[in-house]
Amino acid sequence: MRSLWVERCAKVFFFLCAVGTVLISIGIVVSLLGETFRFFARVSVFDFLFGLTWAPHTLPSGEEVGFGAIPLFTGTLLITSIAMAIALPCGTLIAVYLSEYARPSLRQVFKPLLETLAGIPTLVYGFFAITTLAPFFQSLGDTLYITLSSESALIAGLVMGIMILPYMSSLCEDALHRLPHSLREGSVGLGATASETILRVLLPAAFPSLIAAFLLSLSRAIGETMIVVMAAGLAANLTFNPLEAVTTVTVQIVNLLTGDQEFDNTKTLAAFGLGFVLFILTFFLNILALYGIKRHRRIYG
Amino acid sequence: MAFKIDVQNLNLFYGEKQALFNVSLGLPASQTTALIGPSGCGKSSFLRCLNRMNDVVPNLHLEGKVLLDGKDIYDPSVDVVDLRSHVGMVFQKPNPFPRSIYENVAYGPRIHRLFKDKSALDQIVEKSLTRAGLWDEVKDRLQQAATRLSGGQQQRLCIARAIAVNPKVILMDEPCSALDPIATAKIEELIDELREKFTLVIVTHNLQQAARISQKTAFFHSGYLVEAGETGELFTTPKDERTQGYITGRYG
Repeated sequence: MRSLWVERCAKVFFFLCAVGTVLISIGIVVSLLGETFRFFARVSVFDFLFGLTWAPHTLPSGEEVGFGAIPLFTGTLLITSIAMAIALPCGTLIAVYLSEYARPSLRQVFKPLLETLAGIPTLVYGFFAITTLAPFFQSLGDTLYITLSSESALIAGLVMGIMILPYMSSLCEDALHRLPHSLREGSVGLGATASETILRVLLPAAFPSLIAAFLLSLSRAIGETMIVVMAAGLAANLTFNPLEAVTTVTVQIVNLLTGDQEFDNTKTLAAFGLGFVLFILTFFLNILALYGIKRHRRIYG
Repeated sequence: MAFKIDVQNLNLFYGEKQALFNVSLGLPASQTTALIGPSGCGKSSFLRCLNRMNDVVPNLHLEGKVLLDGKDIYDPSVDVVDLRSHVGMVFQKPNPFPRSIYENVAYGPRIHRLFKDKSALDQIVEKSLTRAGLWDEVKDRLQQAATRLSGGQQQRLCIARAIAVNPKVILMDEPCSALDPIATAKIEELIDELREKFTLVIVTHNLQQAARISQKTAFFHSGYLVEAGETGELFTTPKDERTQGYITGRYG
């Protein structure tokens, strides 16, 4: 009797824990939605999503202008693309090396090292961008007679790529290392070389996990704030030139919320609008990833 | 009698530990040789020496000769990749690649470039699946994921995959241990048919299986080859006391 009672209580307790997390998530979305609606009561959705100028201010007439978020979206896209262009190939190659080619003793040293790097505060990477990369690229620009601003999408993207790299390669390495050893033996036993085994068997087999690793890294890049605050700047330029300064959604959220602001100010509310866009974006990225993984599973079992 | 594979005075070391002691064994062509013995006796290690699957094991050291058609496969001039296309392997647990049935069988011919065009590859795939007794069951769903087949079908697919590169020898490491009796019966039947074309070596814990499907049996114990001979003879009139004990179930 006693044990049955304990079991019943435990069941209720665990149920409440599970429901609690779900309720909190819903609460967060609802509060975000509420503020977002208040924002869109003052600035039209169309102007916000498709406006080309980001310079939020209030005209003497009381009209709110300059809430066009396109420059922020393109800035985020530009920096994230640069970051992923570095992290994706390098991360995969590092993972392949560690998992398939490196001696076990070497792997035992490198794997924890990567995981440590993945845990470094992004502020530190920001310092690296400002103190090391920016001067380097500026002097490089000088020798090539190109004017480089000290804040540029290229530097922010590079540093962000370096920041994601340990995370990405660690996740990819896990994905490869988790594959059953029998797959490697099956391939090698047929006379395949190591590289054939990797390209034709292991990478396709790990594909769903690799996609998951990519998307997790991508959402980290999109949500990353500190590096872009330090390296990319605040100038909301609408450009795809990586040598110019751009700004991102996250930087502007920080910018809008810094200082003593009241929460009924349109500028403050705009931060919620931006936050909502970020939320929707990552939400659909994850849905897409899950759908892709499911589809892949259906084909490859 | 000429042996397809002739192993001479093989000593195998994992670091300091010796796994095989001076093993000499001939594997006759177009016959099935069964390797039996208690767990850890070295029969699987021996099998893996025959296509150098042990190569990747760190600190492995090997002495002696393994002759395939008279040529030592441990000679420095031998290309391991080429060797393994002549000596195929089927593993204990079915290990199809997570790709389609067709791609699994086409894998070997693709990496060794054994065909001229798509229709030639189609033919290799059909022939291999037919030989493995799987064609009728899968011919309408070649593009389906191989991992969705049953365990027994997966193992026959792995055999088809091994045959597709047209090897001389096929090594099987307890190929039925993960299968139910019906699937096992099918594989055994298959092994008996394949013997005409290939030289087969099979490691098994199932003594009845060894008796049913093999023509020659070798009994290993603690790294030594205790006794080898014609299967009927070894099972009815074993010469060594240890063989006698093992096959009558006194230990092992």
